[in-house]
Amino acid sequence: MDVTFQFDWQAAIASIPYLLEGIPWTLLISFGGLAIGFLIGIFFGLLRISPLRLLKWPAVTYIEIFRGTPVLVQVLFIFYGLPQILGGPIDAVTAGIAAIALNAGAYISEIVRGGVQSIDRGQREAGLSLGLSRVDTFRYIIWPQALRRMIPALGNQGIVSIKDTSLFSVIGVGELVRQGQIYIATTFTALEVYFMVAMLYLVITLSLSLALRMVERRGLVGQ
Amino acid sequence: MNDNPQHETSPATAQSIVHMEKVNKYFGSLHVMQDIDLEITAGEVVVIVGASGSGKSTLIRCVNGLEEFQSGRIVVDGNELTPHGKGGKSLQTIRTEVGMVFQQFNLFPHLSVHANVTLAPEKVRGLDSGKARQIADRLLERVGITDQADKYPGQLSGGQQQRVALARALAMEPRLMLFDEPTSALDPEMIGEVLDAMRELANEGMTMMIVTHEMGFAREVADRVIFVHGGRIVEEGTPQDVFDHPQHERTQSFLSRVLKH
Repeated sequence: MDVTFQFDWQAAIASIPYLLEGIPWTLLISFGGLAIGFLIGIFFGLLRISPLRLLKWPAVTYIEIFRGTPVLVQVLFIFYGLPQILGGPIDAVTAGIAAIALNAGAYISEIVRGGVQSIDRGQREAGLSLGLSRVDTFRYIIWPQALRRMIPALGNQGIVSIKDTSLFSVIGVGELVRQGQIYIATTFTALEVYFMVAMLYLVITLSLSLALRMVERRGLVGQ
Repeated sequence: MNDNPQHETSPATAQSIVHMEKVNKYFGSLHVMQDIDLEITAGEVVVIVGASGSGKSTLIRCVNGLEEFQSGRIVVDGNELTPHGKGGKSLQTIRTEVGMVFQQFNLFPHLSVHANVTLAPEKVRGLDSGKARQIADRLLERVGITDQADKYPGQLSGGQQQRVALARALAMEPRLMLFDEPTSALDPEMIGEVLDAMRELANEGMTMMIVTHEMGFAREVADRVIFVHGGRIVEEGTPQDVFDHPQHERTQSFLSRVLKH
């Protein structure tokens, strides 16, 4: 009858050093993947805007494929599937970074497209009428304003991608969740350890939110 | 007076700045410019009037290639624009030589007032930042924006923004200035300050094409008034000709509507 529930704080605290070992991998895969994903997003986002079908079509294809399939399936495909084509194994961390980069890249492409297209047409006309080339008009006038508008959406994507890395425990990357699972296997303290895992994700995502809020506030001058 | 030395080089011989010849433009099936012929010489101030949708904005936007046209030719200060936007190198040259002020100001909101003015001289003319700053300071003072150079456009009133936009265009030392309804987005009490700055520019000898609804201003500064209706130049002449003795029935009915109040 007495199903009293005990949260063992000592067990929770004891797990921290072990869980912390997973953090570098979580951060590496998240931010490595997001950095590459951002570059991919800029590239395909700009192609997506092009009126030329030859440029636009590959971008649309890429975006639809990687936005429309689960990131878990993507990483399984890269880690287990691709080696069959390549003839050699792929490192689990590399596979994780690649999956985040490709997945986030698809979403960021759309964020870039939306950001650039949201800038008033008059801005472009003003730049061109001053004699700036189309490239310079984009670089000095359109892009800085678009980037500023993209910050909230990029922040969202960053948080989503950080959490997505938890899925990569399935391919054996020693990230946060994986470290927790290994620890629980010997201590049977699932409640405490998963609670701590959740807390550590929160620390990472809240730090990112806070950092972006500061960037946004500083950057909002002149809007 | 020394701000625009190029004007001192255009003496007695009337030098063509804008030459339009049988220019036609369509928006889909809409024929918005019909066989437009127009000649503007250095130092001339030409005001273009007409009802909204008459094609007057489109006309001046063709001059710096913001709008393409489908047939005819446009020559701006010796540089030729050909139909379908195939201006190439000369389009770029024209844009560096022709300044434009827009109805909605179109200042760059992410740049300070100062940077708005120095951007093109630095990136297009290749001036160093010291030289560009000198030009900006002088022009901002001239349009009456002195202690606000470090502010951002969003912190200025509409009238101040439009005067900054004028300084920004003048910083490229244009041969021709285009004004596309420069006071239409302004609160009534700010119209005067913008018109004053334009009047001063006209007095200094700048060649100007102005689309406006300010008939009093047009009468005062225009060397020539052009009335556009249905994509055609219906009537043109001195302000006295057009405003006091309009020949065409379209001009008469337009003027009776706008001059009533």
